[in-house]
Amino acid sequence: MSRSTSTKDILTSPIFANNPVAMQVLGVCSALAVSNSMQTALVMTLAVTFVLVFSNLIISTIRNFIPNSVRIIAQMTVIASLVIIVDMVLQDVAYELSKQLSVFVSLIITNCIIMGRAEAFAMKYPPHLAFVDAVGNAMGYGVILLGVAFVRELLGRGSLFGHEIFTTVANDGWYLPNEMFTLPPSAFFLIGVMIWAINVVQRKRG
Amino acid sequence: MEHYINLFIQAAFIDNMALSFFLGMCTFLAVSKKVSTSFGLGIAVIVVMMLAVPINQLIYVNVLAPGALAWAGMADLDISYLQLITFIGVIAALVQILEMFLERYIPTLYQSLGIFLPLLTVNCAIFAGVIFMANRDYNLAESTVFAAGSAVGWAVAIVLLAGLRERMKFNAIPEGLQGIGITFITTGLMALGFMSFAGITL
Repeated sequence: MSRSTSTKDILTSPIFANNPVAMQVLGVCSALAVSNSMQTALVMTLAVTFVLVFSNLIISTIRNFIPNSVRIIAQMTVIASLVIIVDMVLQDVAYELSKQLSVFVSLIITNCIIMGRAEAFAMKYPPHLAFVDAVGNAMGYGVILLGVAFVRELLGRGSLFGHEIFTTVANDGWYLPNEMFTLPPSAFFLIGVMIWAINVVQRKRG
Repeated sequence: MEHYINLFIQAAFIDNMALSFFLGMCTFLAVSKKVSTSFGLGIAVIVVMMLAVPINQLIYVNVLAPGALAWAGMADLDISYLQLITFIGVIAALVQILEMFLERYIPTLYQSLGIFLPLLTVNCAIFAGVIFMANRDYNLAESTVFAAGSAVGWAVAIVLLAGLRERMKFNAIPEGLQGIGITFITTGLMALGFMSFAGITL
């Protein structure tokens, strides 16, 4: 990425063209595991957004004071502290939800998107650009996560955010839920198809 | 003894880190193009995991867990909220020490594993192994067996995927799906296969 790239490009390119999950295969673990309902996917997106934005901001602010040899540990410390904050807030505000997300909130520490952005962007650019970059990447992550969760919850349980959209057979309706979409492997198929779609669209445009 | 065998089988196959919990996926998908490299990475994961989980278990039980500092006269102290930052620090330091040790004493192994070691700090399979250990209150022996089981399961899964990908090189895959797209779908099919273990209770 050259110096001349505009702020708008930094914001929009990670959403589709350079999507962190689909195109760079970063942060896949959590994208697969928490995408079986819209609610968990949304909370996870918010948690990742918070950590990503602040870690990029903080690391970019102190980037000139971090010696190169200990930069990984320094980045890890910043990220881990932010994740502890998120974890504690979540346990206080929404205890049930934090049980469902279980270890995946703690695993934000090792989410490669956050390390990757800190290493590739925040260490080189001033804070305001790092902030924009973090928002863009968090949105790219959210698009995939919510997209996958939308399909999985709608087809797997006939509901969205827990509200019934298709009346299921169990409630005297017509929709027979496809159990496979509640199972984790379906997330792989959906992301695979999404990558295909993004590739096809990009090839047409460019 | 039977308890430990069960724990091993459970961790390696039924609760497979890669294919049931989807942990360590970044490296799993990125470094599975060739069987030989993924075998090397698998070995590295086994080594680091079997060191990291028992060491963190000792630290957790003796320092971090609620009331663990009773031996130092501070029985009321609960610093378990520091566990995440401690665990990741220990893993990062361990990987660094292992790298230096191998470079100095076993250069041949360093040549083959060296490039993978720094990657392992951010491998969520290892970090998750440590967190599972803390959540499930394993003792030292259990945590060693659990670490061995999950690391072996992860290594088996990545070698299998690499084998499949080597074969797929000669197949006609739709253009947009080539590379990472088809890898996702293959992994999905593998995960579906591994789900057949889920019915087994030990």
